[in-house]
Amino acid sequence: MSSQLAKPPLLSIEGLTISLPTAEGHRAEAVRGVDLAIGRGEIVGLAGESGSGKTLTALSVLGLLPGGARSGGRIFFEERDLLASGRAARAVRGSEVAMVFQDPMTALHPMLSIGRQMTEHVRFHLHLSQHAADAVAVEMLDRVRIPNPREAMTRYPHQFSGGMRQRIAIASALAAGPKLLIADEPTTALDVTVQAGILRLIEGLRRELQLSVLLITHDLGVMSALADRVYVMYAGRVVERGARSDVLALPRHPYTRGLLDALPHGSPSDHPLRALPGSPPAIGRFPVGCAFHPRCRFAEDICRADVPDLMPVAPGRVIACPIDPLMAVPA
Amino acid sequence: MIKFRSAWYALPNLVRFLVRRLFVGALLCLGITFVSFALTQVVPGDPVSANLGDRAASDPEIVAAFRARYGLDKPIPEQYLLYVERLFHGDLGEAQQTHRPVTTDLAQYLPATIELASAAMILALVFGISLGVIAAIKRDGWPDQVIRIVSLAGVSVPTFWLALVTLYVFFFKLGIAPGVGRLNPGGKAPPAITNMFTIDSLLTGQWATFGTAVSHIVLPALVLAIYTVGSITRFTRAAMLESLNQDYVRSARAKGLPERTVILRHAMRPALAAIVTVAGMAFGRMLSGTVLVESVFSWPGIGQYAYKSALALDLRAIMGVSLVVAVIYIVVNMAVDLIYALIDPRIRLG
Repeated sequence: MSSQLAKPPLLSIEGLTISLPTAEGHRAEAVRGVDLAIGRGEIVGLAGESGSGKTLTALSVLGLLPGGARSGGRIFFEERDLLASGRAARAVRGSEVAMVFQDPMTALHPMLSIGRQMTEHVRFHLHLSQHAADAVAVEMLDRVRIPNPREAMTRYPHQFSGGMRQRIAIASALAAGPKLLIADEPTTALDVTVQAGILRLIEGLRRELQLSVLLITHDLGVMSALADRVYVMYAGRVVERGARSDVLALPRHPYTRGLLDALPHGSPSDHPLRALPGSPPAIGRFPVGCAFHPRCRFAEDICRADVPDLMPVAPGRVIACPIDPLMAVPA
Repeated sequence: MIKFRSAWYALPNLVRFLVRRLFVGALLCLGITFVSFALTQVVPGDPVSANLGDRAASDPEIVAAFRARYGLDKPIPEQYLLYVERLFHGDLGEAQQTHRPVTTDLAQYLPATIELASAAMILALVFGISLGVIAAIKRDGWPDQVIRIVSLAGVSVPTFWLALVTLYVFFFKLGIAPGVGRLNPGGKAPPAITNMFTIDSLLTGQWATFGTAVSHIVLPALVLAIYTVGSITRFTRAAMLESLNQDYVRSARAKGLPERTVILRHAMRPALAAIVTVAGMAFGRMLSGTVLVESVFSWPGIGQYAYKSALALDLRAIMGVSLVVAVIYIVVNMAVDLIYALIDPRIRLG
C-alpha cells in the first residue's frame, strides 16, 4: 500500500469543486473540495449515499459533467491536468480512462451490434483496422468470460442477460487498453448471485492488466470485497479515508459507522440492523458546519458551527470529525 | 394442417412477413374496391348528366347506349362483381372522360405524381432531419428558436396558398423559377421508360431535358414538402433530445468517440426509427396534398386526374385511383416496417 503511494499516483484529484445550476437560477456546490489519489494497480473505493457527489467526482475525471456544471481545482492524470482544458480530458477519455456505468440494460446501445460497440473506439484511439480491432475485442470478450466471443460480436445487447451485458460493458471499456477504470455502481443493478462474479472479474482484471480502479458504490459490502483503500463522501466532502480493512473494521467517522451499522453481516441475532436516521441532504441544502450533524448521534455545538477539517488519526487514516466517536459516548 | 404449420414456421421470418402482409394487403384492396364502389353509388349525381350534354341527355337512345357501354344498365351487385372479375384480369374498365382504359390513364398520370411526391419526400427528409438534429443539439439556443418558428410555419401554412404565392413570387416577379408543367412549353418528353421525366432523361442521357425536368420539379416539390419538413423537424428534434439523454449515448461519450460519431451514429439511430414511421405516414399525406399542388402547377398527375374524374362522377377512374393509392399506402407501410426492422435489431418480423 504505502509503496504504491510512494510513487506518484496515477490519478490525483486536488481540491475539486463542482457547482450545478439550480432551478431557481442560482448555483449550488455539489462537490466541495475533494482530494483523492489512486495509485497504479490500486482499487480505490468511493462510498456515499446518492447526492454525496461521488458520481460527479468521477464524471469530472472524464470531462463529462452535465451541462451547466462548473468545476474547480485540479485533476492530474500522469502529470497532465485534465481540468486545465477540454482537450486534455478528451485526450484521455476512453483511451486511458474508461468508465462502466450502473445499469448494463441501458448502457449498451440497443441497436448496434456488440462487435460495433467493442471496436469503434478501439479503432479510433489505437488507429487499428477493423480486422485488428476485432481481434482485440474478441480477446477482451474472452477475458471477461463471454462464451463464444466471436459469435457474440455479431449479436445485440438484448440477446444477453444483465450480468453478461455488464461483462460486455467492462470488456468494451477495457478494449482500448485504459490505465484507469471508473466503475460507477457496477453491480447495483444486478442480481446478488451475479454481483460476486462481476467483482471477481474486476479483481482479476486488475491483476492481469495492472489496472487501477475507482469503484463507486453505496454498498460497503461491495467495497469490502474489492477496494484497497476507501474514501467515504458525505454532502460533497470526503469525511473519512483509510485502508479498507481499517475503515471497515473500525470506522472512525460517525457517518461511516452509521453506514456499516446499516449493513447486514455476521449472525443477525447479535447485531441488530440500525438504519441511519434521516436522509442525505439535497444539493444546495447542505447544513452549515459539519453537514452530517443533523443525523449524528454524537453532534455537539462545534459541529453545528464549523466545517471540520480532515485530520489524521492513524497512519494513512483521516477523518473529518472533531469528536472522534471512538473516544466519545453517544449523547 | 400440422404439416403446413411446421412448414410455415420453417420459412425465414422475412418471407413469412412478406407473405402475410401481401395477403392482408390483397384483402384490404378488395375491401377498398367495395367501399369506393359503394361510395360512388350513394353520392347524389348521375354519370349520365355529368358526362353527356343537355341535348344528348334528353335523348333516351343516347342515354341507353351510354349506360350500356359503361355497364350502368345492370343491377348494382352485378356491376360490382363484374368489376371485381375484370380487376383480376388487370382490367380497371374504361374512363368516361378520356375514353381510354383506366390503366392507360394511370400509367400516364401516376408516374408524374410519384416523381413529384418522391422529390418532395427527399427534400423533406434532408431538410427535416438536418434541422431537427441541429435544433436538438442547440437546444434552447437561437438556432433552436429559429427552427421552431420555421417548422411551426411549415405545418401551419395552407399548401394551396403557399403554392400560389411561391409561383407568383418566383415565376412572375423574380423570374427565377420556370413556369408550370413538367417541361418548358413545347418541350419534348424523354422516351417513356418509367414516365418519370427526370429518371427517363437520365437513363437516356438527355442532359438538357434532365435539367429542365429538375428545374420544373423543384418549386412544386418544395411546396409539397413544406408541411412534411415541419413535422419531420419536430419529430426529429424530440426523438434526438430523447436519445441524447440515454445512458448509451453517455457510454459513447465515455468511450471518447468524437462528438460527430456520438450524434450521427449513437443518438441518430433510435431517432431514425421514429423518423421512418413519420415519413411513411407523411408520404401518404403527400399523395393527397398533391391534388392542390398539381392544380396550381399544372402538374399532370394523379391528383388532377382524380379531381377531374370526381367532378365527372367517372366511376371507373375514381375506383382505379382509389385502388392505386391504397396499394401505394400498403407498399409504403410495408417498407416502413421493413426499414424499421433493419434499424432496430430488437424488432422481429413475421
